[in-house]
Amino acid sequence: MAKSHVTMKVNGKIVDELVEPRTLLIHFLREQLMLTGPHIGCETSHCGACTVDLDGKSVKSCTVFALQANGAEIRTIEGIANADGTLHALQEGFREMHGLQCGFCTPGMITRAYRLLQENPNPSEVEIRYGISGNLCRCTGYQNIVKAIQYAAAKLTGVPFQEAAE
Amino acid sequence: MPVIPGSFNYHRPSSVHEAVALLAKLGDDGRALAGGHSLIPMMKLRLAAPANLVDLAGIADLKGIRSDGNDIVIGAMTTQHNVIESDVLAAKIPLLRETSLAIADPQVRYLGTLGGNVANGDPGNDMPAVMMCLGATYHVMGKGGERRIAAREFYQGAYFTALEAGDLLTAVRIPVPPAGHGYAYEKLKRKIGDYATAAAAVVLTTSGGKVESCSVGLTNVAETPLWAEEAAKILTGSALDAATVKKAVAAAEAITAPATDARGPAAYRTKMAGVMLTRALARAKSRIRG
Repeated sequence: MAKSHVTMKVNGKIVDELVEPRTLLIHFLREQLMLTGPHIGCETSHCGACTVDLDGKSVKSCTVFALQANGAEIRTIEGIANADGTLHALQEGFREMHGLQCGFCTPGMITRAYRLLQENPNPSEVEIRYGISGNLCRCTGYQNIVKAIQYAAAKLTGVPFQEAAE
Repeated sequence: MPVIPGSFNYHRPSSVHEAVALLAKLGDDGRALAGGHSLIPMMKLRLAAPANLVDLAGIADLKGIRSDGNDIVIGAMTTQHNVIESDVLAAKIPLLRETSLAIADPQVRYLGTLGGNVANGDPGNDMPAVMMCLGATYHVMGKGGERRIAAREFYQGAYFTALEAGDLLTAVRIPVPPAGHGYAYEKLKRKIGDYATAAAAVVLTTSGGKVESCSVGLTNVAETPLWAEEAAKILTGSALDAATVKKAVAAAEAITAPATDARGPAAYRTKMAGVMLTRALARAKSRIRG
């Protein structure tokens, strides 16, 4: 099948590549751009490990063709850290609050939480849980993932983080 | 289990006219691609292998929510996320927001569209029963121009609808229910992201404590979504007393014909449709204003 050109802005950089129409965005990112942060988990749009930010939306990149993202602006976990190289508040939160165990779901969790906090800078615990309901953690460390997002929300809105009692 | 779709040609028309001409030319070799969250998973499993995909994302006319007299017209490419965020829908047809929030998960709702949900014909989709409940009409563009099809006449079987090869569903037209109406969508699911074990949509109005109008839709308890006309008739004129609700629930259960599957045996799913309807009626009643 003939290949087509796609152009998109990925983590601030313009890329121009040739893809087959059936190439999924996750495979394009990982295998052509070598951005292996977004993970392939279930490949059935359930687990959220492949989540990336596409034109201000969190999407599961295993269920989007690369051609559908032609002209789009994409951010992956590789583009989350601050411009000066320091960790983004979410990355810091996941470290400080032990928000990961095996780490497989973490890129998707952080990328999803990034968009959640853009839309709702001060989410309640329930809003965080519904907000990340499209991301599965098989270590089932949800408690600390929620805390990590609360930590980041507090830091980004400039209020002291208070860990809720267990 | 293959997870790479088969090869296809990709088309991205920029107008409805162009899309319809393409779909008409391609016939059974072409499929419209909306949000892709039903079609792409099917293509990965090779349950669908269209030779041509016609991506609707570049057609501005298919997006947006507008008022037209006493109706609201929602473009087919409006996403579930757009529905949830819409102030006009929250004010006028809040049942839609409640339903969208029960669909899949946030990532899927950013891309999944209203048009795809109602046109797909999967009995597991939530919006079709809601559209039957609301008395919606679908705008369909085809070879012969535009025609309008009532949601209540649209669904013929699992994945079989009134759409013919070359047809494109362009918008959904919904008459706005009276201000202050009661509404609810009650969905039983095993987990977030699941299709309904059973679900019920209710819209009702009352006058002097009696039900003045009532409409009921049921999701995923038959090969098609169901409009429970008899149940609504039984409720109309009543004060939603327990005995009448019980009779209406029995009438709704009687028209179900669910499959026995991983969500439970058929008899259980029929009973759950009844439980969802009972809850939806109570919640709809509690929401009536004025």
